Amino acid sequence: MNRKTPIDQPALDGQRRQLLAAGALSVGSLALPGALRSAFAQSPLVVGVIYVGPRGDFGYNQAQAQAAAAIKKLPGVKVVEEENVPETAAVQKTMEAMINQDKATLIFPTSFGYFDPHMLKVAEKYPKVRFAHCGGLWTEGKHPKNTGSYFGYIDECQYLAGIVAGYTSKTKKLGFIAAKPIPQVLRNINAFTMGARSVDPTITTRVIFTGEWSMPVKEAEAATSLIDQGVDVLTCHVDSPKVIVETAEKRGIYASGYHASQAALAPKGYLTGAEWDWATPYNIHVKAAQTGAPMPNFLRGGLKDGYVKMSPYGKPVGAAARAKADEVKAAMMKGTYVIFKGGLKDNKGSVVIPVGTNLEQFNPELEKMGYLVEGVIGSLPG
Amino acid sequence: MSTVSAAGSLPVAAAPAQLERLRGFAKSLVPAVAALGLTIALFSLAVALAGFDPLQVWSLIAQGGFGDAFAWQNTLQRAAPLLLTGLAVALPAQAGRVIIGAEGALVLGGLAASALGNVLADRHAGPGLVWPAMGLAGVLAGGVWIGIVGWLREKREVNETIASLLMSFIAIALFNQCVETVLRDPASLNKPSTRPLPDALMLPSMPGLDVHWGLGLGIVVALVAWAVMRLTPLGMAVRVAGGNPRAALGVGLPVGMLTIGACAAGGACAGLAGAVEVAAVHGAANGSLVAGYGYSGIMIAFAARFSPGGVIPVAILVGGIAASGSLLQRRLGLPDAAVTVLLGFAFVALIGCETLRGRSFTSRRAPHG
Repeated sequence: MNRKTPIDQPALDGQRRQLLAAGALSVGSLALPGALRSAFAQSPLVVGVIYVGPRGDFGYNQAQAQAAAAIKKLPGVKVVEEENVPETAAVQKTMEAMINQDKATLIFPTSFGYFDPHMLKVAEKYPKVRFAHCGGLWTEGKHPKNTGSYFGYIDECQYLAGIVAGYTSKTKKLGFIAAKPIPQVLRNINAFTMGARSVDPTITTRVIFTGEWSMPVKEAEAATSLIDQGVDVLTCHVDSPKVIVETAEKRGIYASGYHASQAALAPKGYLTGAEWDWATPYNIHVKAAQTGAPMPNFLRGGLKDGYVKMSPYGKPVGAAARAKADEVKAAMMKGTYVIFKGGLKDNKGSVVIPVGTNLEQFNPELEKMGYLVEGVIGSLPG
Repeated sequence: MSTVSAAGSLPVAAAPAQLERLRGFAKSLVPAVAALGLTIALFSLAVALAGFDPLQVWSLIAQGGFGDAFAWQNTLQRAAPLLLTGLAVALPAQAGRVIIGAEGALVLGGLAASALGNVLADRHAGPGLVWPAMGLAGVLAGGVWIGIVGWLREKREVNETIASLLMSFIAIALFNQCVETVLRDPASLNKPSTRPLPDALMLPSMPGLDVHWGLGLGIVVALVAWAVMRLTPLGMAVRVAGGNPRAALGVGLPVGMLTIGACAAGGACAGLAGAVEVAAVHGAANGSLVAGYGYSGIMIAFAARFSPGGVIPVAILVGGIAASGSLLQRRLGLPDAAVTVLLGFAFVALIGCETLRGRSFTSRRAPHG
């Protein structure tokens, strides 16, 4: 079926209109092939965005949806979205449906598990469509050129959040609720703890792994249990921090957010948070697709590059905390700050980064992180 | 949806006996037609209240689920795993056992298939050996798992519905533990997985279709199960054991064996679904396998009134609604919950309208209906 996108119709709100327009086009095409061709050059870029959970989850998916909302405002861009798409054959069909039914030519499959095999398989089938995946998985020579990865060094924000937590905590006990003991999560736990301990080395972080990316019941239980142990600042790495931040607020302790801002959920106790700023890579991909530039296959950055950002400081954050966090942030913005420095010890006492070796943000060694640093109370399975 | 009009346009010049059978058939469709009407009315109302045009929504549902070749493949692909998980509930139900833990059998089936597939791949076995072996591994893992539930019920009087659900949680925990430790591929850093199957051992799509073999297998298994249940003494025995265990014992049927067997057969279907997911879709076993297919199967089996044959159209309908839900989100910005609401209405209407059955307005129905 040759259902082309209509020329300068700003929004298609219905199948009927689209068919009508297509009919008008095909009549027009008999008379004006040249005009038609130039008209197609202006047809909007259709961008498909796929979420693994609900768009309004106050977390991972919301961070992506905020970027989708940002590119929606760009001229010549039409965004189609689908939420709650599981990491199964369903996402393959969703991608294909976006390509076939909506004529999408740039797709953001935003969940980590969409990459292999789902996105790779569909990308092979549709070599002219661009697929930009959230994560750091794209490898030169191994993955198709019409695919790519974008990701951010959010541990920078977690480190800063740790500093703020370190200044704010009275019990010197912080809590971290984590989904799975994988390198990316461990890096956040470690950065948060190191940030806090840079303020006061007696601070400890208690960590609980829930085992699932989204398991609100367990997250609430973990939050309650940590608060009962005397923790007075909670943060997390799960898909939706909503229930954790709400629990912290209800119990009268502080919370530090993750993925997106949860300030609205905890007006009293929200300190700050580590947020993604996906509008940056989304804009880069949209621009490349619109101009026909080659696919930017590997995009990555931290605070300096605008891939991550901090939630604005909440009311409980004191002047000293702000000053210190801003100072370190300024160093990070200059690109001179190293979080994982030589001589770092894990929580069993062994040195995990040899003295004299500093691991810069982009160092692939950090992506294999398999330890919890000194000051973290918790252990890894296996 | 086309079945509705088919019932209305019956040939008139049939012999009396045939006519009687046709009338019986038409009458048996009454609950389904009523349910369909009720679903349409309820969902249209809900959609209208939410500020959308019901006509447009229904036309998108038809288009997204069944509108063209792509839509059909989309639908069938989504239906494929649901066929087997629907059977996983329907088969034990034939023997009077309400099993709702097919999810656990599915993930264990996938895990066993992946583990065995990798062992065989390391020994350079060809697909002709690997695929049946993986299927068998899935069947055994799932069959044993739900078989245990059947056994607990039979020998220990443990409620099989609750037990199967709890066993499902245990299975998923076991699955996660294996995937994250002993069976973990060290290269799977941020998404713990078993080692992936080599590309050459991945189960291809069905010929001429962009749908994996889960569909073909599911349909074949459903038809075989239907034939066994309807046409063989074994099926008869299972149904008697399920319908009236005392009578079954009275005529000397091995009720325990039959019910445990039906549970195991259901688990085997779910395990096979897991094996197909690994061999055809994921290549490895990981958290993505826990996708809720097992729980969707409960709804499908109930809507199919536990008929193994009925699972086929219901699974395809549910697959179609899922596929059209995808289009509804993209075109109208309807929330994903819209199709969940639709399925909920359909489910409640179907079960509710079942009460119409047997309260028919004329003669009594044949005993085997």
